[in-house]
Amino acid sequence: MKEAVISKAVLSDNSEDSNFTETDKDIGIRITGSEAVVKSLLAEGVNTIFGYPGGAIMPVYDELYKYQDQLHHVLTRHEQGAVHAAQGYARVSGKVGVCIATSGPGATNLITGIADAYIDSTPIVCITGQVGSHLLGTDAFQETDVIGITMPITKWNIQITQSEDIPVVFAKAFYIAKSGRPGPVLIDITKDAQFNELDFEYKKCTNIRSYIPIPVMKMSRIEEAAKIINNAEKPFVLFGQGVILGKAEEEFKQFIEKGGLPAAWTILGLSALESSHPLNMGMLGMHGNYAPNKLTNECDVLIAVGMRFDDRVTGDVSRYAKQAKIIHIDIDKAEINKIVKATIGIHADVKDALPMLTNLIDKKTHTKWIEEFYKLQQIEDEKIIQNDIFPTQGEITMGEVIHIISEKTEGNAVIVSDVGQHQMITCRYTKFKQSKSNITSGGLGTMGFGLPAAYGAKLAAPDRTVVAIIGDGGFQMTIQELGTILQTKVNLKIVVLNNNFLGMVRQWQEMFFDKRYAFTVMDNPDFVAIGHGYGIKSKKIETRDDLSMDIQEMLDYDGAYLLEVIVGKEDNVFPMIPTGSSVAEIRLD
Amino acid sequence: MKEQFTISVFTENRIGILSHISIIFTRRHINIESITASKTEAQDIYRYTIVVTETRDMVRKVVRQIEKQIEVFQAYYHTLDEIIYQEIALYKLPIKVIKKGAELEKIMRQHHARILSVEEEFLIVEKSGHKEETQELLEQLEPFGVIEFVRSGRVAIIKSMWRFNESLHEMEKHKQETLV
Repeated sequence: MKEAVISKAVLSDNSEDSNFTETDKDIGIRITGSEAVVKSLLAEGVNTIFGYPGGAIMPVYDELYKYQDQLHHVLTRHEQGAVHAAQGYARVSGKVGVCIATSGPGATNLITGIADAYIDSTPIVCITGQVGSHLLGTDAFQETDVIGITMPITKWNIQITQSEDIPVVFAKAFYIAKSGRPGPVLIDITKDAQFNELDFEYKKCTNIRSYIPIPVMKMSRIEEAAKIINNAEKPFVLFGQGVILGKAEEEFKQFIEKGGLPAAWTILGLSALESSHPLNMGMLGMHGNYAPNKLTNECDVLIAVGMRFDDRVTGDVSRYAKQAKIIHIDIDKAEINKIVKATIGIHADVKDALPMLTNLIDKKTHTKWIEEFYKLQQIEDEKIIQNDIFPTQGEITMGEVIHIISEKTEGNAVIVSDVGQHQMITCRYTKFKQSKSNITSGGLGTMGFGLPAAYGAKLAAPDRTVVAIIGDGGFQMTIQELGTILQTKVNLKIVVLNNNFLGMVRQWQEMFFDKRYAFTVMDNPDFVAIGHGYGIKSKKIETRDDLSMDIQEMLDYDGAYLLEVIVGKEDNVFPMIPTGSSVAEIRLD
Repeated sequence: MKEQFTISVFTENRIGILSHISIIFTRRHINIESITASKTEAQDIYRYTIVVTETRDMVRKVVRQIEKQIEVFQAYYHTLDEIIYQEIALYKLPIKVIKKGAELEKIMRQHHARILSVEEEFLIVEKSGHKEETQELLEQLEPFGVIEFVRSGRVAIIKSMWRFNESLHEMEKHKQETLV
């Protein structure tokens, strides 16, 4: 078989202009490893990649030059930008995001994004160049053991030293990245493997014998869970990104609607259920809404769907929902009973488990119980929300900016946030109508994520409005990515909420460190001038009167736009569950 | 309550698996008391036997995280009463101990140990058994002047009649069903 492939390949010498087609699969063509990399990407349906060239990846870049009509390469200004952009792209499109970098510093600059993608279950494939295989382990120029470094933060990683392995490894990489609980995969390719030739034949991977992406669901567990839900008087659903990753938004809605189950989200679950849904009880966790946090410790059955009980969600776990029976559905077995002991653990894809559960549960409304949520919502609304989003005097609040953006985009925009106070405010006050619309760094809390993730998101959804909401601290962590926006001319809206502070840390210093503002004051540059320097239309707002009009102008503008809004210097985000407190101890001030 | 667990991990034969497994213990500050790797009765399947002293809950969490590794088929954990296990120890003694032949022979007999090799300057004693047993022999040989002592990691066989090949077969069957 193999020999037949080779002889045919020798005959077909016109690999130069051959796209990946069905016939290539059968024939097999003699090409270089670097061309095989590009053809493998095309075979996986990739049309956009983010990267930065360098010595050890140059052969692949040479092929990217050749294939630029089929594969859009976005030149970022730093490899961290490339990986975050791939994440943003993946989160909005539901496809695998791809980034590419050279060996050594190129590879290490990807690390933050890989760790971010790992903890937030984002399917990305990272390609790194590596020194020639004869130099491995010799501390060669720009050699780093990226396989060793990324071992704890990738779902899978592998080094290719033989060009023949390229198609098989790429097929496995894409399969692993997107199946089961998604995650980042890193492929490290030595320079000789890029130069050497192989018989290219691409087959998509559909099975790896040691890997079970779709769990064996135990019907008995579903039945037991349904029984518990049917006997519940105060059931409460928590949902996370599992609903989005499992493409189970519809199944989820049917489940809560039939059971009359109030539901609250983790920040990665946000946008899986439309904000206006009467059963959507808002945000969980440290800066989440008052009602869902408070009532977590009063429900009698807690149903966790595709979420992992992050400590920012649970507060003090020893005082978390102790009164409740807990049903935990997750595709990752290691998450069940990891933080919170489940009465019933259901190891399953939510897309499979939810319809079965919906079938078995009784139709109910739980009106009285839901009233309790509304009552607490009322308290939060009066004490916090109204002041946050409709202030009449004083400095501009982050809340009112987010509220106006949300109103003007009618819940249809993709909202990308960075990390910090503005992130919490963005998640709290943006209303969503569509899934996959809230992009943020949840688990890792990576400042600098927002700007690159946002242009990645925009390239994945060119027809949608994409707004990046970023603080003045996080903006400066990847500010160089304005260069990428300049070069790609991507129509991205950037809102910098500037309080001249590292606001979240400052808030903690105010509350827990006697207002000792240790190194959180920022002397900031003229962001508008910087924006102009990058050829981006930019504007600064300091008064409330212009706010609505200027946001409208930004949204209407045909092209990238940087809007700096000076917001209250010492505004705090409330409610808040202080570290070590229980969810029920959530503070309103 | 902490107790001793023997973890058996079945994997593909791939470079780096050992690191993948060991960092999971490192992250949680769990000391690996011993680790061994070998081929199994199933073709191309490798088996790691890892001994740790931890709470059952912690061991279960770690084993689940090990199982998440793409090239790990399955991982199990067992208490001492659920396995048959063995370790091997080698002792290097100066050749002059031959002069105390009778005394040495008595100890060797008591411990079911044997002389593996006799060289010009030293001899090697071998004993297999549980750690306490090889430790006890070490203590008894110490007066003879032990030059070197080394003990292997544990190898363990699970008492139940479970077979890895069967569970591999189950995995494949399940995948065929879920693919439809």
